[in-house]
Amino acid sequence: MADAILSVNNVTMQFGGVTALSDVNFAIERGEILGLIGPNGAGKTTCFNVITGVYAATSGSVTFDNQPLAGLKRFQITKRGIARTFQNIRLFPDMTAVENVMVGADANHKTSVGGALLGSRRHHREEREGRDRAMELLTFMGIADRAADAARNLPYGYQRRLEIARALATGPKLLCLDEPAAGFTPAEKQELMDLIRKIRAQGYTVLLIEHDMSLVMGVTDRIVVLDFGKVIATGSPADVQNNPDVIAAYLGVPDDAA
Amino acid sequence: MSLSDTFKGLTKSAHAVSGLGERIGDLPRVSRWSLIALFIFSLYLMPWWPEVPVLGWLVDTPGTSFEGVITDKVVIYVLVALGLNVVVGLAGLLDLGYVGFYAIGAYVVGILSSQHANLPWLVCVPIAVIVSMIAGVILGTPTLRLRGDYLAIVTLGFGEIIRISANNADWLGGSRGISKIAKPPNIGPLKFGVLDAKPYFFLGLTVIIITVFFLRRLENSRVGRAWNAVREDEDAAELMGVPTFKFKLWAFAIGAAIGGLAGTLYAGKVRFINPSNFPLQLSILFIAAVVLGGTGNMWGAVIGGAVVGWMPERFRGFADKRVFVFGVALVLVMVFRPQGLIPRKIRKERWLANWKQRESEGGEVARG
Ligand SMILES: Nc1ncnc2c1ncn2[C@@H]1O[C@H](COP(=O)(O)OP(=O)(O)OP(=O)(O)O)[C@@H](O)[C@H]1O
Ligand SMILES: [Mg+2]
Repeated sequence: MADAILSVNNVTMQFGGVTALSDVNFAIERGEILGLIGPNGAGKTTCFNVITGVYAATSGSVTFDNQPLAGLKRFQITKRGIARTFQNIRLFPDMTAVENVMVGADANHKTSVGGALLGSRRHHREEREGRDRAMELLTFMGIADRAADAARNLPYGYQRRLEIARALATGPKLLCLDEPAAGFTPAEKQELMDLIRKIRAQGYTVLLIEHDMSLVMGVTDRIVVLDFGKVIATGSPADVQNNPDVIAAYLGVPDDAA
Repeated sequence: MSLSDTFKGLTKSAHAVSGLGERIGDLPRVSRWSLIALFIFSLYLMPWWPEVPVLGWLVDTPGTSFEGVITDKVVIYVLVALGLNVVVGLAGLLDLGYVGFYAIGAYVVGILSSQHANLPWLVCVPIAVIVSMIAGVILGTPTLRLRGDYLAIVTLGFGEIIRISANNADWLGGSRGISKIAKPPNIGPLKFGVLDAKPYFFLGLTVIIITVFFLRRLENSRVGRAWNAVREDEDAAELMGVPTFKFKLWAFAIGAAIGGLAGTLYAGKVRFINPSNFPLQLSILFIAAVVLGGTGNMWGAVIGGAVVGWMPERFRGFADKRVFVFGVALVLVMVFRPQGLIPRKIRKERWLANWKQRESEGGEVARG
């Protein structure tokens, strides 16, 4: 694939005896929404963790923007342009919503102790930029009305959106969403999917983990299906939907019967 | 008045006090600054507080000089609590060996102004602060990769190592310690002698005010946000692009520098130090000051440091039971205010009001 923004090459990830990912290969094209689906425990989150540097793959490699990510620290990977959300919400609970997003925006900032102590011009400019960007993103996500509230006091739906705003604030090229609509009602889910489409329309590439197959069908351009740590299908939503292996995986039919 | 009324009244006044900062912040600029100036002025008058009716009865330390208490204890503990609060309260790193940096600050002044050279106190101070800071970086570089309990244990060991090394090294004066340490230079009418403690108090208070000024700048910047994020969720912070190790190391270095600075004030005041001035117990007391005041709240650290420094002296009248009384008082505070005397607050984003205003103005312009 010529214009892959990220490619996962023969990645295997083992935890002791458990093989969470086994020889996984897939690529994300610039500007697409790629769905990563699979039953519980298929290895989707592990895949995110390998991409974002939380785990070092047992073998294989991840290439982003034509450069290998191996050896980079997690915050360096974020600065390269990969941002993520978490399946189990992990906001900074005692910080306000806007501050949470500003932490993300700070990924693009350089002020350190010296600049802050002296009140440097850059410090002031970056604070202003951070605030503006944070409010812009909160507004975009439709949660600006609670900007001044502690993240812990926000309703669940707001927290999920806040995680996306925070990730976007880091200025990513690739946005990785781990079940962003988990726990939502169907209507809320639909709303979120519309939002994800809007995000893509602004030029972001999106990697979307979602449990709900029907939902993924609506928004994604392509889908990668994981089952027991292996890629069992890749293709357009329609192709994947009709793939017997996928149906078997989702219905829990044993391999030999499929 | 019934008991419940009394209780309601009490909680109300507690709220009023803890909301005071916010109210002052909401005042117009001029009144805010005059209030702050008045407050600072009254702090400089602290040596005379015992002569004020009511207040005097409350704060005076029978059996020991109040002036001595506020210079030798309160000022030092407040400064130490401010520094330790950066490490423990803001960045969330449990440092149980903080006395080590305090000792390094004091010993550098001792070595350079008496034991091995005759440098003036004022020259020793920046050197001591830098040495403490370097010690912080040296301790932090390997240990900040550890988390939680491990960090606590290693730092605990560090505090003891410093004390024991000083005890065993002859060039540090061994167990006899170092005497004839230089005192701060006289500034106009302020003569730093043995009779009058006030100049030391004024010096210490000034150092505290400057420290608070700069710490506020840090808190209200990318650095403060990074520290808070690390404390709240270190992994998430790192994944949001925060170079967590770098900022943890900064917290450690800044904390160490302030601890060292407190040590230089101490050495310049008592002019005689030995290893027994820096026991493990002091580290615990410093932590107690931060926790009592309200972990992560700078004003809490100030109050906590002041209370922990002053209270045992206030109860000197109870003779050998004073530590017990102090302990009971600490427990009571923690029972009734588990988050400390001045709990950490959710930040109030004052600028948000302006931001909304600007947005709606902008909207009108767009519509017009
Ligand atoms: N840190 C870890 N240590 C040991 N095993 C792990 C670890 N992380 C994941 N696993 C295992 O790897 C497998 C894949 O887990 P993963 O969380 O990636 O699945 P998932 O596809 O995200 O599932 P879900 O839909 O439930 O979120 C599971 O068997 C899990 O128990
Ligand atoms: Mg998962």
